[in-house]
Amino acid sequence: MAFIDYYKVLGLDKNASDADIKKAYRKLARQYHPDLNPNDASANKTFQQVNEANEVLSDPDKRKKYDQYGEHWKDAEAYERAKQSQGQQAYGGGFGNEYQYAGNEGFSGSFNEEGFSDFFESMFGKGGGRSSTTSRKYKGHDYDAELHLSLRNAYTTHQQTLTVNGKNIRITIPAGVENGQKIRLKGYGGEGVNGGPKGDLYITFVIEEDPVFKRHGNDLYTTHDLDLYTAVLGGEVMIDTFDGKVKLKVKPGTQNGTKVRLKGKGFPVYKKEGTSGDLIVSYHVLVPVDLTEEQKELFRQLAKTTVQNK
Amino acid sequence: MSEKHLIPAEECCTSYNIDIRFIHSLGELELIEITVQEEREFINESQLNELEKYIRLHYELDINMAGLEAISHLLKRVTGMQQQMAHLQSKLRLYERM
Repeated sequence: MAFIDYYKVLGLDKNASDADIKKAYRKLARQYHPDLNPNDASANKTFQQVNEANEVLSDPDKRKKYDQYGEHWKDAEAYERAKQSQGQQAYGGGFGNEYQYAGNEGFSGSFNEEGFSDFFESMFGKGGGRSSTTSRKYKGHDYDAELHLSLRNAYTTHQQTLTVNGKNIRITIPAGVENGQKIRLKGYGGEGVNGGPKGDLYITFVIEEDPVFKRHGNDLYTTHDLDLYTAVLGGEVMIDTFDGKVKLKVKPGTQNGTKVRLKGKGFPVYKKEGTSGDLIVSYHVLVPVDLTEEQKELFRQLAKTTVQNK
Repeated sequence: MSEKHLIPAEECCTSYNIDIRFIHSLGELELIEITVQEEREFINESQLNELEKYIRLHYELDINMAGLEAISHLLKRVTGMQQQMAHLQSKLRLYERM
């Protein structure tokens, strides 16, 4: 932990007036305020530094103490202890906590939950910030994240573990979640400033395209290849659904592009358990190729019969 | 929209110690939506985060209403671009893994 030059943080010299401090603080606060810099951790940190500098320099008592000891802030502790041992009133409520020199962290050192650096706490004590009526509490910034799901994954309610800033978060994803849908996880965003609440985490779902099924709302669309003979004579086919295979009867004389609707075999409706859209199957009739000479002859005979019947 | 999600505007003014004219101005600029029911004004609970943000910007940083409107537009663009960037980054990672 090292000395922090609060004047430098605000871009001021030591003779700066209260008005100069206020002006510099306002200018930097507008630049680095978490509300104006969403998802920007470095801006948030700079804002904490600026806030801390303002906290000290705009308070006459704190500024006096800071100016008095400056870089020799460690001496202040000894001075305060001596004063305390003499039965005098401790200065400004600071130095209440045991201090141990923890190495040279510089200004990039950590900030506590209230948004103050170790240096600040050493000099002014924990809770050295102003009372809640004057110390601004800021909600931490919100994080945005994307979660990619396959269409098959979005079909069922399932759990996923996300890692956000090194923390594992287990979330339940309800079946039927839409592409582009956003959910909010309260309190999983950035740290608040000055004891303010944590920000929120917003997750946007990105549903990947599926090679077999297309989704429109809660309905699913698929195409099924139908051989010519089944299309002409009728029969049965097995259709794939996300629930497994389904047997379908094919009417004789089924045309290419014929659509069949399977009620309730589509996509589950979001947060309406037991309710699903429909599955619409389009038949794609395959014309046989690579026929043997014998097969071709049979088709010729069929063609003649058809012409004679007209 | 159920009524339990609507908070009377005057209650917001008391809680946040702000003037009702500030809420009206935000409504006029379409920065928040004010719902009127039986001649009473309400703010949807889901808009409280936005309202708090504008209160902080206006009362703590002295940003005027025109500034709030400009900031709102710019923040929407920033958020959109950040989402697009995150999307492209994840797409890029997907290709890099291939």
